[in-house]
Amino acid sequence: MRIVEKAQLMSAAEIDRTLQRLAHEIVEKSGGTKHLALIGIVRRGVPLAQRIAQAMRGIDGVTVPVGILDITLYRDDLSKVAPQAVLRSSDISFPVDDMDIVLVDDVLYTGRTIRAAMNGIFDLGRPKRVTLCVLIDRGHREMPIEAQYVGRSVQTSATEIIEVRLREIDNEERVVLVDRVE
Amino acid sequence: MTHRFRDLLAIQPLSADEITFLLDQSRPFQEIQRHPLKKLATLRGKTVALAFFENSTRTRISFGTAASRLGADTMNLQAEASSLKKGESLLDTIHTLSAMKPDILVMRHASSGACDFVARHLDIPVVNAGDGTHEHPSQGLLDALTIRERKGTIKNLNVTILGDISHSRVARSNIHLLGKFGCHFTLCGPAMWVPRELEKIGPPGAPIRRVFRIEEALEGADVVLVLRVQTERLHEPALSAGDYIHLYQLNARRLRGAKPDTIVLHPGPMNRGIEITPEVADGPQSCVLEQVTNGIAVRMALLYLLTVGVPDEGEPPAPDTETPPRNRRSTDVKDSSHAPR
Repeated sequence: MRIVEKAQLMSAAEIDRTLQRLAHEIVEKSGGTKHLALIGIVRRGVPLAQRIAQAMRGIDGVTVPVGILDITLYRDDLSKVAPQAVLRSSDISFPVDDMDIVLVDDVLYTGRTIRAAMNGIFDLGRPKRVTLCVLIDRGHREMPIEAQYVGRSVQTSATEIIEVRLREIDNEERVVLVDRVE
Repeated sequence: MTHRFRDLLAIQPLSADEITFLLDQSRPFQEIQRHPLKKLATLRGKTVALAFFENSTRTRISFGTAASRLGADTMNLQAEASSLKKGESLLDTIHTLSAMKPDILVMRHASSGACDFVARHLDIPVVNAGDGTHEHPSQGLLDALTIRERKGTIKNLNVTILGDISHSRVARSNIHLLGKFGCHFTLCGPAMWVPRELEKIGPPGAPIRRVFRIEEALEGADVVLVLRVQTERLHEPALSAGDYIHLYQLNARRLRGAKPDTIVLHPGPMNRGIEITPEVADGPQSCVLEQVTNGIAVRMALLYLLTVGVPDEGEPPAPDTETPPRNRRSTDVKDSSHAPR
């Protein structure tokens, strides 16, 4: 089986523009940043959340707290995960009670990651509202979960994979659509 | 970098990399201890068998709490109430427990090597929660985690161990663990508890010296590990509690002879006023309560790593994750190196 790159979905400049737009949308729909907090899902949701928070500083001049959430312990398919999934640290240093939480992730697919993330957040407290922001929505949901803030929606087939590559993690910056070919 | 573990029977065979991995994987569980809601569903449906053939309160509660915070159920076997009192053999008891289909066995036994012996007869992972005077690996790990948090590292530290070292599995696990990271050891206590053989128990090249004056032992120490004095053992060769206090008790005056940032560990339960004074036990250099909290985190990590990611029965493992087959002989008990003494 080979992995072939089929298309580039976003360039570095497009990722940047998209995050700027998402930051504006979040501020606008939340009616301010007072109770707003971003939680990036490990791994690629984390730099995305940090960049959105950075963009919000430019809009509102306000620093929005950013948390990090590793959902491994909340997954529903752990017995199928092999080798043992390496746990990364979560770091949510602010109280989530009564906050307006925006979960941030790179790709929305089955929705299972988001379900796990919500379990993780509710172990910390009771937020007032939880919304979801993703760079790419590729469809194929297995849970009744939708994103309120979407960078781009892409029609995909089940064999295709969307790879979001970010400079903080991957040393390059673009979104590509790849396919598994027999 | 990930590592796979089948059992956790001792620190000795682990590499420094594997130990670092285990400590790193304990961190997310340390955070969970600070959550208002500490219960996960990660091991929901799994059963942890706790078989304590030797009395234990804190280690059993710690493993039990770790299991329940991961969402697992526990099966408890305690020496006092068990059929061992009725003459059942260890292997029969273990096979009976195993027939109740737990997913992992946590076991303590008064005989060194008992856990290795049991692990060779079971298909489920076994965690040694203390075997005789051999090892207490989860204690070694929680001590290392506590030291790493306070000191920022577990490398190249001067570690002083006080008390009955010859009977201490905690001391052995600590020496095996910290010795792999370049720590230097000073063992101090009554001569009968600090025999010369102890100089050789560490990993190759780990410097271990014996000292019989506590003031000398504390000089330059980064970490002081105080062991519990089992007062019943004080009578073996006669040494009165008063003499022990006079010669080896860790008090504030003696601790001042170490460094201002020397930390003090004790595996518990403490005999306040015997091996340690309340002033030291409750002082800013004491890590005793952090050890207890970290103990749950380390044990959650162990239960998680040993139980999860093992493919369900009947499901073939993915080709790139297959573990090398292990020799689990069901009848061979003649391996003298691991036989219970």
